[in-house]
Amino acid sequence: MNEQQQPAPARRYSPLRELVLARLREFYREPEAVFWVYGFPILMVVALGIAFRNKPVEQIPVDVQDGSQAVEVKQLLEKDNRLLIRVHDEATCLSRWKSGKTDAVVMPLSGPGPRYRLLHDPTRLESQLARSLVNEQLTHPATSAESALVREDELQEPGSRYIDYLVPGLLGMSLMGGGLWGVGFVIVDMRIRKLLKRLLATPMKRGEFLAAIMISRLCFMVPEVLIMLGFTWLTFGVVIRGSLVALVFLVFLGAFAFAGIGLLVASRAKTMESVSGLMNLIMLPMWMLSGIFFSYERFPDVALPFIRLLPLTALNDALRAVMLEGQPLTAQWLRLGILTGWGVGSFVLALRWFRWQ
Amino acid sequence: MNAVIHCENLVKTYDGKPPVEAVRGLNLAVLEGECFGLLGPNGAGKTTTIEIIEGLLAPTSGEVAVLGRHWGRGEDDDTIRQRIGISLQETKLSDKLTVRETIRLFRSFYRNGLEPEEALRRVALTEKGDSWVVKLSGGQRQRLAVACALVGDPHLLLLDEPTTGLDPQSRRQLWDIIRDIRTQGRTVLLTTHYMDEAERLCDRVAIVDHGQVIALGSPAELIARLGGEHMIEFTLKDNGAFDPATLNDLPSVQSAQKESGQYRLAVRELHVALPALLGRLQQTGQALSGLVTRHVSLEDVFVALTGRHLRDEESPKS
Repeated sequence: MNEQQQPAPARRYSPLRELVLARLREFYREPEAVFWVYGFPILMVVALGIAFRNKPVEQIPVDVQDGSQAVEVKQLLEKDNRLLIRVHDEATCLSRWKSGKTDAVVMPLSGPGPRYRLLHDPTRLESQLARSLVNEQLTHPATSAESALVREDELQEPGSRYIDYLVPGLLGMSLMGGGLWGVGFVIVDMRIRKLLKRLLATPMKRGEFLAAIMISRLCFMVPEVLIMLGFTWLTFGVVIRGSLVALVFLVFLGAFAFAGIGLLVASRAKTMESVSGLMNLIMLPMWMLSGIFFSYERFPDVALPFIRLLPLTALNDALRAVMLEGQPLTAQWLRLGILTGWGVGSFVLALRWFRWQ
Repeated sequence: MNAVIHCENLVKTYDGKPPVEAVRGLNLAVLEGECFGLLGPNGAGKTTTIEIIEGLLAPTSGEVAVLGRHWGRGEDDDTIRQRIGISLQETKLSDKLTVRETIRLFRSFYRNGLEPEEALRRVALTEKGDSWVVKLSGGQRQRLAVACALVGDPHLLLLDEPTTGLDPQSRRQLWDIIRDIRTQGRTVLLTTHYMDEAERLCDRVAIVDHGQVIALGSPAELIARLGGEHMIEFTLKDNGAFDPATLNDLPSVQSAQKESGQYRLAVRELHVALPALLGRLQQTGQALSGLVTRHVSLEDVFVALTGRHLRDEESPKS
């Protein structure tokens, strides 16, 4: 029919490859997206790392009631540099105590019997700390190294600091955010632009399209994780105790699970507003419950089994077990199972519910 | 000749309150190798019809056969998709991909097709191959959309309003491209609400209104149905009111109408009708305030059939 054009051999074009390439190109040509995916988690680590690294020894405010012995008591207590001693009259001390501005109040007593009255609150952790420090100073002022029953060792080595606890949590969090936004947003955006409809009018295989979205998400994730682990290793000396292979496997499994959830979130949504709302609905509870910044064991016991079923909890727990405790994956079948279940389950549901047009 | 597209009693009703009957019993047969135009005002059901043919919408009832196959019957879907190329009314292709990358992506979906470079050449975008889509003008984007439709070397091209919103030069450029496709023996179905586009591009035109085909034929045939090739339009001073029907007996006049103060005569031979008209006006003491003559267009056909203009947004009942 026309002159020089000969049908190209079919194997030269792989739709999967072209679709993945298109996604990768769209991503790295969008500086903003690159920042949010790679820059933001780093900023977060830096901010939190700075907040918790050179933190001065915590100051515990304790008030002393003014009077003849006040100066003596103050000097005694100030031997412990963790205590921040202020002297006030009785009324001021009591009002500061009631409003929580001080963790304990010491009132020197005259006459026989106990020499001090110590106000503390057994339900407040800080108050208990204040009580024991105050007691220690007032009752054993002259403990010498020889007569001590306990030898104290301060532990500040990598692996047991807060930053070590934090990094796996942030890693899990960024895998969650990346999976949900990276997959969900992209799809809804394509749907709004009617690009999804246009692609559907070609012989493109739907499965290949979804696979390309998942694969490109995994590609974005690799530098994200490397940057994060490399950065925290260089600046905070965060190390990985367990096997690197186990960690890589976990990261991929986590990324897969959240990409699946992202796909599910995007499967019906027609507007950016609805997909953003859904994502926040899914992510917010996990931000709070899944042990990113603090251990979820602080929640009531009845809630723990449910919290452990959340994908981010399973991922964070597994990441910490590998990175901090050096556990093998074989020791955490349940967590792996939970993650796989979320990933596969949401992928299957997404395929069933997906609104192509 | 074979019908490449065959629609029988096509109905599409969108759910809603009240339900919208976009297509109401539409029949259509597009033949091999022709350029066929669906012409109609906005909301006539053109896009719904073409999307049903493209397999993107399911009809409420009725039959559609494309290239002798039916949507939703096993292997048929892929067979049809491999052999048709489409451009939707609005698609935002990815801004940050280059023209060449976009074409390559679309090429990869088809078993056989053009080299991406060849597709670019046909729509005259070779020089823009490395530009990001976001940098293209409206006309260039539309040509890229057509290239995406062409790259699978389709037997049948379905173009939904390919030139809407383009400047005259870009429109003409696209017309050349579409004519080129047609001369290569491909079948083209396009929708448009520009009658000049339909007249210049299409071998046959179906005029669609309220979800039905109300007239079908080549542009020349449709125009011939009005009975005259020329149109005389005039207005009178003082909005002079006299019955246009009294002009029907003038020589060579085929029909006479009056619409909002303007008289319109369809005439066969201008050199006979015009002097007669002027004589009649003088006799009856009417003074002209304006007079133009022009060739009859599909617009006139549409007006004659529906009493409305093609581009009236709100259709006033005549």
